[in-house]
Amino acid sequence: MAVTLSEAAARHINKFLAKRGKGIGIRLGVKTSGCSGMAYKLEYADAAETDDLVFESQGLKVMVDPKSLPYLDGTELDFAREGLNEGFKFNNPNVKDACGCGESFNV
Amino acid sequence: MALLQLSEPGESPDPHQQRLAVGIDLGTTNSLVATIRHAVPECLAGDGCGIILPSVVRYQKDGSTIVGQAALAAQTIDPRNTIASVKRLMGRGLADADAGMRGRYDLVDTGDMVRINTVAGQRTPVEVSSEILRVLRERAEASLGDELVGAVITVPAYFDDAQRQATKDAARLAGLNVLRLLNEPTAAAIAYGLDEGAEGIYAVYDLGGGTFDFSILRLSRGVFEVMATSGDSSLGGDDFDEALAAWLHKKASGVDLDCSKSRALLVEARRVKEALTLSAECVARVPVAADGIKDVTITLGEFHELTQALVERTLQPVRKALRDAALKVADIQAVVLVGGATRMPHVRSAVAKMFGREPYTDIDPDKVVAIGAAIQANVLAGNRRPGEDWLLLDVIPLSLGLEMMGGLTEKIIPRNSTIPVSKAQDFTTYKDGQSAMAIHVVQGERELVQDCRSLARFELRGIPPMPAGGARIRVTFQVDADGLLSVSAREQTTGVESHVTVKPSYGLSDDEITGMLKAGFEHAAEDMQARALREQQVEAERLIEAARQALIEDAGLLSSNEQAGIEAAIKRLGELNLGNDHLAIKAGIDALSASTGELAARRMDKAIRQALTGNRIDALPL
Repeated sequence: MAVTLSEAAARHINKFLAKRGKGIGIRLGVKTSGCSGMAYKLEYADAAETDDLVFESQGLKVMVDPKSLPYLDGTELDFAREGLNEGFKFNNPNVKDACGCGESFNV
Repeated sequence: MALLQLSEPGESPDPHQQRLAVGIDLGTTNSLVATIRHAVPECLAGDGCGIILPSVVRYQKDGSTIVGQAALAAQTIDPRNTIASVKRLMGRGLADADAGMRGRYDLVDTGDMVRINTVAGQRTPVEVSSEILRVLRERAEASLGDELVGAVITVPAYFDDAQRQATKDAARLAGLNVLRLLNEPTAAAIAYGLDEGAEGIYAVYDLGGGTFDFSILRLSRGVFEVMATSGDSSLGGDDFDEALAAWLHKKASGVDLDCSKSRALLVEARRVKEALTLSAECVARVPVAADGIKDVTITLGEFHELTQALVERTLQPVRKALRDAALKVADIQAVVLVGGATRMPHVRSAVAKMFGREPYTDIDPDKVVAIGAAIQANVLAGNRRPGEDWLLLDVIPLSLGLEMMGGLTEKIIPRNSTIPVSKAQDFTTYKDGQSAMAIHVVQGERELVQDCRSLARFELRGIPPMPAGGARIRVTFQVDADGLLSVSAREQTTGVESHVTVKPSYGLSDDEITGMLKAGFEHAAEDMQARALREQQVEAERLIEAARQALIEDAGLLSSNEQAGIEAAIKRLGELNLGNDHLAIKAGIDALSASTGELAARRMDKAIRQALTGNRIDALPL
């Protein structure tokens, strides 16, 4: 079981962590809301919670809570640019279908 | 696939819940747009250009416009149709227009706000500014991938009502929803988080491309009050470029240059000035006669010496502001530097020496105002953290008042009142049988009307004949969160009323604005009425349907009396809903809700019992 970061994602996370001035890594998760079932959580992490699974990828700590892990297992977080817009993308092998905008998904 | 942003812990937005808002620094020389992305503020870059958009608009014969760097480059070949520094004309008539602007452009006097004659026709400063704002809006929407909820736009602290209204009009014309206007020095203070810190007195030293502004702010109970402003509207980084160019030119040749060579010389001077913020010496490649370039070495010391007088010129307004606010330098707790020109080391050291402390320079001085505006916009758009509920208040810069008999001013709202604010005062008639009263709204600190700025005039008619002093006329001044004024007058015994919603003595008439904006505005009032009615009708239909359904499913939970009561309320609401009185429908909705309250509670109990029976607690759905 693991989640990973692409090189581009790691580079940008490092940059944003530096700008923010604190944080030990990032936290990935899912929550049950959204127009097609689940929505991703993508947050700065200031500390690991007791039950967290902590992965190392590209030298960065990635926290995942145990309830979210089954939905995210095998996911690679990537950073992408579309014209002037830019942001993170979950390449998640568990996803069966997503809503049109991709902000929420089903497994 | 949507592109996601990093959030603060516990603040991941629900899908489609991110509310995008931007801060815009609409500057005299340059403009920027900033937003909060990945929970940190950043300025947005345009497609193929940097984050800084020169505030220059070029009008072309076919009516199209070019904005920014390309327009700036065209300034020398098409000066009359390439409008720079339009901010100097915002909310201004020809008589009080900036003298430099009058020389540079073909300005037309139309009685109120000045217009500029261009090859594409006459343009108001509002329209020119809206072109700049439109480019920034499009940039933001392309960068954020969605429409904006709104924008916070910064204005100089000394902008009066007419200038603020003009800025707001420009934003609306550019399709931006203005969350609020924010004073530039206040925005800089927010960018440094001073609003979260200790109460105290702060100074903002803003040396931009073409203007110098100095402000003293007092922060108390989360409110920034502008204690004093001063400055020099024709002093900025460009003057340093020009002084340096003149010096380099003299060193290299002294022969007159043609227009494009002069331009090239100015560009080189600017490069050298910027290089000298990082190194102590620089070789300038100075264009000389038609074909040549001559290398001239300049040291930091030489540059400082030849521009020291300019730095000194900024300190006079600083002293004046301190005097106006009756403060000593020791009273200032921190000094914030704003504007690209404050990167020059001798500017920084002069400020440090003046105040006896190092100024704040951590945030890029070009970006600091836009960043502060973005932080404020993010809060106003509703992206605040749980428990974070500050709404930064501003104050009005100049007192607002009325003309009294004899040309005296009566101040209704004193300067530095926090906004929004509403104040009323009663007046009376001067003559027996007086049937009308002229109301002249003025802005300023002086005692005589002729020394204040006239904002609006209107008349209250239909005062019933009474002896002098008999009528009671209440005049109410209201300033909204953007610092914009509306004034109403009401005769108390008869209720006759008259009002203006800022008819500043400038600018676009209401008709013109209506024409330029989409036709939807014309029917706003009827639409609003219709909407209120329709909302209630929809809610009534929804409630009737829900109540009927509940009666079908769970009539067993009710006594026959209770059931009859609900059925009667349903019938009554159904009848009301055919009418067009939205308040009556609302009352019917409330009545039906009240009569079904007990049924709802019993249904809830029953549902919970059913859900829990036979389930283990840990097997329940999340």
